[in-house]
Amino acid sequence: MAQTVFLEAINQAIQEEMRRDESVYILGEDIRRAIYGATADLLTEFGEKRVLDTPLSEEGFFGAAIGSSLVGMRPVVETLTSFMWVAMDQLISQAAKMRYMFGGQATLPVVFRASMFYGAGSAAHHSDRSYPMFMNMPGIKIVVPSNPADMKGLLKTAIRDDDPTIVFEDGTLFGMRGEVPDNADLPGEELLVPFGEAKIVREGTDCTIVAIGGAVNHAIATSDQLAAEGISVEVIDPRTLVPFDKKTVLDSVEKTGRLVIADPAHKVCSAASEIASIVAEEGFWSLQAPIQKVASEQVHIPYSPSLEKHVYPDVPKITAAVKRTLES
Amino acid sequence: MEINRDILLLMLRRMWMIRNFELKVMEVHSAGEFAGAAHPYIGEEAVAVGACAALEDTDYITGNHRSHGHPIAKGGRVDKAMAELYGRVDGYCKGKGGSMHLADYSIGILGESGILGSSVPVAVGAALAAHIRGDNFVSMAFFGDGASNQGSLHESMNLASIWKLPVIFLCENNQYAVTTSYAETVAVDHVSDRASAYNMPGMLVDGQDAIAMYEATSAAVARARAGEGPTLIEGLTYRFEEHSLGLGRVARGAYRDEAEIAEWRKRDPLDILEKTLISQGVATREECDAINAETVDEVEKATDFARNSPFPEPEDLFEDMWANPIPLP
Repeated sequence: MAQTVFLEAINQAIQEEMRRDESVYILGEDIRRAIYGATADLLTEFGEKRVLDTPLSEEGFFGAAIGSSLVGMRPVVETLTSFMWVAMDQLISQAAKMRYMFGGQATLPVVFRASMFYGAGSAAHHSDRSYPMFMNMPGIKIVVPSNPADMKGLLKTAIRDDDPTIVFEDGTLFGMRGEVPDNADLPGEELLVPFGEAKIVREGTDCTIVAIGGAVNHAIATSDQLAAEGISVEVIDPRTLVPFDKKTVLDSVEKTGRLVIADPAHKVCSAASEIASIVAEEGFWSLQAPIQKVASEQVHIPYSPSLEKHVYPDVPKITAAVKRTLES
Repeated sequence: MEINRDILLLMLRRMWMIRNFELKVMEVHSAGEFAGAAHPYIGEEAVAVGACAALEDTDYITGNHRSHGHPIAKGGRVDKAMAELYGRVDGYCKGKGGSMHLADYSIGILGESGILGSSVPVAVGAALAAHIRGDNFVSMAFFGDGASNQGSLHESMNLASIWKLPVIFLCENNQYAVTTSYAETVAVDHVSDRASAYNMPGMLVDGQDAIAMYEATSAAVARARAGEGPTLIEGLTYRFEEHSLGLGRVARGAYRDEAEIAEWRKRDPLDILEKTLISQGVATREECDAINAETVDEVEKATDFARNSPFPEPEDLFEDMWANPIPLP
């Protein structure tokens, strides 16, 4: 199995899908010169009509991607979470609502790849982790990969899916190396990760951590450290938030009796909030301790590293939360 | 420009269909047969009908809240449109869209948008697909003078121009955004003047004249199909009725002079087209009246169809969310 960097995994997924299906094309800002790395070499192979550099007009080109998907194209939009704010009308009024509003006539196989650059001094305007806001709005599938193999497999699935999907690409993982299977070793000779299937990353018996995106690695590190103290932690990566695999989470909590949720989004109405509410409603009698949410502090992202480092879930915070569940 | 007789008569039929559809909607809405907003297109029929007569079924349109005229002009069915207004299962959107969200994907009607300016980038996207694949269709975005101030319009026009997309920006300038006048809100004399900022032709057309609209749009469509890019057409027109049904009861004070309304009503687009057809020997008065009567009859049948169609069942609430369905949360 090859060691692959997260960004390369994105590139492989797009390249494979563009080779497989002529209706797949990509558009976004500065993608021909691949300033974020994920679109390297696509222009050379696929040409200018399928690799489109756009003006700074998110509302315009998000909408154009949506419109093209209605008539048979499969657009992949490259953007940042923080640039989605200026195109919210297209994402919500059109992408999310069209199919239902038109009684099922519209089919929108459009993918928005939204990079989340947080934790590196990007300050308030470039550090958004906005997936919970989209969970609140019906009509958009939401993917948050945590490692190179899932990144590749989930993006390929997103491109083939017939519904609008936002893939939140965690910038803290862009340089992460991980094993990505060679296509030749896979059934069907391609890596496809289905939506709605959580992954049990570590098995354990004392406490469950559900971790999202970049927080998965922190949860794994927490689990490894606590194992040395004789505490057995199960780590679950939901991989997709819409659809959400609640069975895997509920089964795990039934086994461990304790739940910590690690979520890089702001803590109010976060993905963690929703997962906590599901377990409180449907898994209450399994719980032996209060659910612990470890999410970002409810402040904007400050520039200074001495401040920013206190915002997000990290190993000490997650460890403390696990221990709180065990004290009860 | 020599226009085929069939096209002229088709335009007259579709204009009468819209007029009679809207008159019926006003009647049954005030009788309380269905609730919700509805925005009559009366007075503006020549704009959509003239423009859509220049399109094929394989071309695409998007529209706005004043949403009954565009689908009928594109050849949509009045029975399915009326059933949608009644919120019934046989409506275009199975009762999920209502008056402001009619769509017929079988003939290129990609949907009307209640958020103004919002469907314009979508039309640009359909044209982008034609551009990428080398297809020969065009798309047309209907929007009003009010939406001409939306950022989405300006982003769309720039995008379409740099990529030379086969799209027609079709502004229905009825001179009022609800109660706020064109003069108060638009910095240029004509919406069509804005075309020059995006390096595309801008055409100012008499929107009460279906033939003028057809000719202007035909030129824009030919340009689009030839790969020469987008065109902005402004049909100058007037809304004869209120912005939406019932709004007159809540607006504080008049915003249009009675004299202005009376003046524009003298330029009824149906009178103008019929007079032309009769004077040019294309149709007789009797033939024009027969077309009117036939559309009255068709709208009556459509209304009966709507009244007799069942309401959706509670379980239909969860249908049509996804192409690849997922479990409910």
